[in-house]
Amino acid sequence: MRTRRSFGDISFTTLNYAFFALFTFLCVFPFYYLFINTISSNDLSARGLITWYPREIHFENYMQILKLKGLSQAAFVSVARTVIGTAATVLCSAFLGFLFTKKKMWARSFWYRFLVITMYFNAGIIPWYVVMMKLHMTNNFLAYILPMIVSPFYIILVKTFVESIPEVLQESAEMDGAGTMTIFWKIILPLIKPIAATIAIFAAVTQWNSFIDTVFLMTDQTYYTLQFVLYKYLNESNSLAAIIRSGGGTANIDLSKMQTATSVRTTVSMIVVIPIMLVYPFFQRYFVKGIMIGAVKG
Amino acid sequence: MEPVTQTSLKPAKSGGLFSERYRLFLYALPFLVLVFLFSYLPLYGWIYSLYNYRPGFKLSDTPFVGLQWFRAIFSNPTQAAEVGRVMRNTLAMSSLGILTSVLPVAFAIFLSEIKAMRFKKMVQILTTLPNFISWVLVYAIAFALFNVDNGLINKIMIGLGLQERGINYLASDNHTWLSMILWNTWKGLGWGAIMYIAAITSIDQELYDAAKVDGAGRFRTIWNITVPGIMPTYFVLLMLQIANFINNGMEQYFVFQNPINKDHIEVLDLYVYNAGMLGTNFSFATAVSMLKSLISIGLLLFANKLSKLIRGESII
Repeated sequence: MRTRRSFGDISFTTLNYAFFALFTFLCVFPFYYLFINTISSNDLSARGLITWYPREIHFENYMQILKLKGLSQAAFVSVARTVIGTAATVLCSAFLGFLFTKKKMWARSFWYRFLVITMYFNAGIIPWYVVMMKLHMTNNFLAYILPMIVSPFYIILVKTFVESIPEVLQESAEMDGAGTMTIFWKIILPLIKPIAATIAIFAAVTQWNSFIDTVFLMTDQTYYTLQFVLYKYLNESNSLAAIIRSGGGTANIDLSKMQTATSVRTTVSMIVVIPIMLVYPFFQRYFVKGIMIGAVKG
Repeated sequence: MEPVTQTSLKPAKSGGLFSERYRLFLYALPFLVLVFLFSYLPLYGWIYSLYNYRPGFKLSDTPFVGLQWFRAIFSNPTQAAEVGRVMRNTLAMSSLGILTSVLPVAFAIFLSEIKAMRFKKMVQILTTLPNFISWVLVYAIAFALFNVDNGLINKIMIGLGLQERGINYLASDNHTWLSMILWNTWKGLGWGAIMYIAAITSIDQELYDAAKVDGAGRFRTIWNITVPGIMPTYFVLLMLQIANFINNGMEQYFVFQNPINKDHIEVLDLYVYNAGMLGTNFSFATAVSMLKSLISIGLLLFANKLSKLIRGESII
């Protein structure tokens, strides 16, 4: 009896470890694969000869890719929308979440429902596009910011959190003559930092990864984001490599460093993923916290 | 209503309670206007489904056609066939999604059987990473691994002698549904498991100890303690999935679509985009889009009712 069970146990444990090791490998390897292709000889990577480890390492690609005019502009747009959009979303969620705890607000529960209902329906993408067009949100940077400012889910998170803070804190401040705004900036905002951090992370990742809004709304290159440019490059990277090559002058005949379709593709992919990878380890616990709070629901 | 005495105790503010009520509302007003503009105003766009609208014209200059487009969905042979095909894809993707919804559960259960904490943490961190990259990047990865010229998979298959030359896996309509659900799983499995892992950690440890004393084996404990412990979480998520049965989103399908796999990849949202934004049938796409919104509200209410019936709790 004992030996049989321990044999079963051992094989189960081994299989279990093997499965998780394999799946983890599948999750990580593609990123590694992209990376080694960006730093290896471009000639080898274009021929698909870089498989498990980098060869003839160089970092030229990252320098050359930035010469693409559209790319630095797109990077600027992506960073701008992420920074501005995240700040606006976090501040708005904090402020509205706080306001909706104020029982004195006129018709509070009506407006709260007015807001929360929008989580459960949408008019559909074409009607949405029509209205965005009418509001002059096409080829307009504000289209990346304004529609994302008010997000019911984040507001619910803040509201639930503020409700758990003892009211005495606010009351005593009111006694001292502090107005709503002062209370928000001086008392509430410092207290809700953990939840604000969680929201900031989610908002930033959403902004950085946003893609479809550019597809719908932007025809002017000025407003292309990195995600959108990457998508375009994936579909037309052969011609792009040619542009970089011709721009780089004819003196550049070193095959291992000459831009190829593959090098353009992989390098831009890395540029898109690196920011996520950089913030990810630090904020992993916030991600987890976020989904947990979401599970408890407001 | 707030008791009046409470305010009268506070230092006198100009205007008192009455203006305080409206001042709080005025603070919120700019944001409520944004909600109105971006979430409610689009409902106005529904009237385009009643016209034969073409972009570039004024709505008033285009003919009013009443419910023609709605009838066309069911009666016009070409359009009915297209909608039928799109609905088939939508339902297939959603059904596969519901079938694979047990995978995160299994993932969480088996991961919690692993006792090496560092390994466990490592697995958890690295398998959630794909959830945070965009679908465009997933496609970039798919392209790097599966493209016909220098993709890794092609190189390996040829190297092993399993293929004679490169196969264009991405531009093929074989197993489109399967590959879509696999990418979905790759991206979402680790993240989807987090909630269940948390649910498992919150199960009373004494239950496990008691079961061990009673001589229950590993699988008995899993089946009789762990599974019932995470059932409530699973149920809620399943209901949400049912509510979203026809909302598969379009990003994944948009980036993976090409002329060859279009027949099997076009789900509702993507179809509406292709027909309305790229094609010329703006009003028809609006009608489809509108029906979709109505059906998904119906599904949400249905899932909510179901949840109330079975568990006595609503999901919205």
